[in-house]
Amino acid sequence: MPPEDLLRELAPQVLGVITRRYGDFDRAEDAVQEALLAAALSWPAEGTPGNPVGWLIRVAARRMTDQYRSDEARRRRELLAASCPPTSPSPFTDPGPAPSQDDTLILMYLCCHPALAPGSAIPLTLRAVGGLTTREIAAAFLLPEPAMGQRISRAKAALKAVGEPFRLPPPDQQADRLRCVLHVLYLLFNEGYTTSSGPDLARADMSGEAIRLARMLRASLPGDPEVTGLLALMLLTEARRPARTGPGGELIPLAEQQRGRWDQALITEGLTLVTEALRHGPGPAGEYQLQAAIAALHDQAARPADTDWAEIHALYRVLERMTGNPMVTLNRAAAAAMAEGPAAGLAILDTVAGQLGEHHRYLSVRAHLLEQAGDQAGARAGFQAAAARAGNAREQQYLITKAAQVAADSRPG
Amino acid sequence: MRFMLLQNYGPVESGCPPMTEWAPQDIKAHIEFQQALNQELAGRGELVDAQGLAGPEQARFVVSDGVTAPVITDGPYPESKELLAGYRLVDVESAGRAMEIAAQVSAAPGPAGQPVRQPIEVRQVLSAPDPEL
Repeated sequence: MPPEDLLRELAPQVLGVITRRYGDFDRAEDAVQEALLAAALSWPAEGTPGNPVGWLIRVAARRMTDQYRSDEARRRRELLAASCPPTSPSPFTDPGPAPSQDDTLILMYLCCHPALAPGSAIPLTLRAVGGLTTREIAAAFLLPEPAMGQRISRAKAALKAVGEPFRLPPPDQQADRLRCVLHVLYLLFNEGYTTSSGPDLARADMSGEAIRLARMLRASLPGDPEVTGLLALMLLTEARRPARTGPGGELIPLAEQQRGRWDQALITEGLTLVTEALRHGPGPAGEYQLQAAIAALHDQAARPADTDWAEIHALYRVLERMTGNPMVTLNRAAAAAMAEGPAAGLAILDTVAGQLGEHHRYLSVRAHLLEQAGDQAGARAGFQAAAARAGNAREQQYLITKAAQVAADSRPG
Repeated sequence: MRFMLLQNYGPVESGCPPMTEWAPQDIKAHIEFQQALNQELAGRGELVDAQGLAGPEQARFVVSDGVTAPVITDGPYPESKELLAGYRLVDVESAGRAMEIAAQVSAAPGPAGQPVRQPIEVRQVLSAPDPEL
């Protein structure tokens, strides 16, 4: 294993130990980050130590001690002995028990705390659980490193203000908290798969990182069908990445993708997982299992014409009832159009026009259905309107090209 | 020296129609030209940043006195076509080189491969004072 992969794997273990020992997640996280950076510099040159976890813990602990010593000196000068929060145990006693297999899970619950906006929870999770450096995270989000560092510091300050202890949430809160974790990982995956801004449609690193974190989460909670469902959804979506963009980076819609380029190994693993998840629960399937089931139906169709649109439509209907999310209704409209014709899809779209009428996805789906229905003028205007509102350069180019293509197709000759 | 090369929405000298009225292959050629140019500039170490902005329909203007609620409008101009469409930030040896790049951008291929001749606004980015002064 290359040193940087090993470091990322060990990061949450080390952070768990240091946080338990010193009772201060904020500083422990900084100290572990410094230890990881030190290791990234020295291990390639001097060789990976025999006990890499011990090495990292020793270096991180030394940083913590240095930090507390300088704090102590300052405190004496300022006579502010009371500034140590009562929840923090003395840093040099109480190493505490270290059930490290739970630490990754505890860290995920903590970093995806509902008090944090996703924009803060995602980078904090990447650093504290994923072991990425601030520089790597900043590059992934196209931000200067100091800005990303500030964002992570603010996130940790917000956690401190909430006073969340470093242990698993009480059992009656775990379901809600797990939902937050799944949501953050899902957003991270999407961030990598379709960037919300910028010239690169897909930033593979972030999707890969989301998959890695989802695998870690599943290792902690192997019996949870929604965790398994989310991992399956990611794999089944990621499998299509090689066919999703053309040589110039342009977006290729599902129906036009070369399906031979889909990653069959990921599809096979995703199918196994989604089957397992759906068989698992006694209750109704959760939203990630449903989305994974839909992705599975797409991935199993050798040709676009083989797609089971009626089943996909039915699954979107369940998902729509469960979430009440109008974006799901958009997808259901597209599936209904494929199963029953464009008029059925357009009728469904009308039900969310009030909520989504200005959204570029709504305009784009509607334009596709109008094109399917033979209304070239309406389709062209729709693609134009969607392009004007798109927030992703690749999507914008795709929509402009669609508008031009509909116009060209409808010209005589 | 850093320069901003700015492109606005708006009429161009060649009378080129908006992109959605081009032939699809002309759009493709135009996009490929822009990407190739960015790659060339990046390869020469001259490209600092290149971004396109979302359409003027989404532009908002915010005015605030810092006390009362800010006033947010769609803009003071009924003709929103004068808004910025995108920019390149380049770091070059001379103003002349910035003009050269701007000329390349302006001559990007349009319908039937004919140059669009879009006006490119070239603005020097103010730098820190020279330490010797």
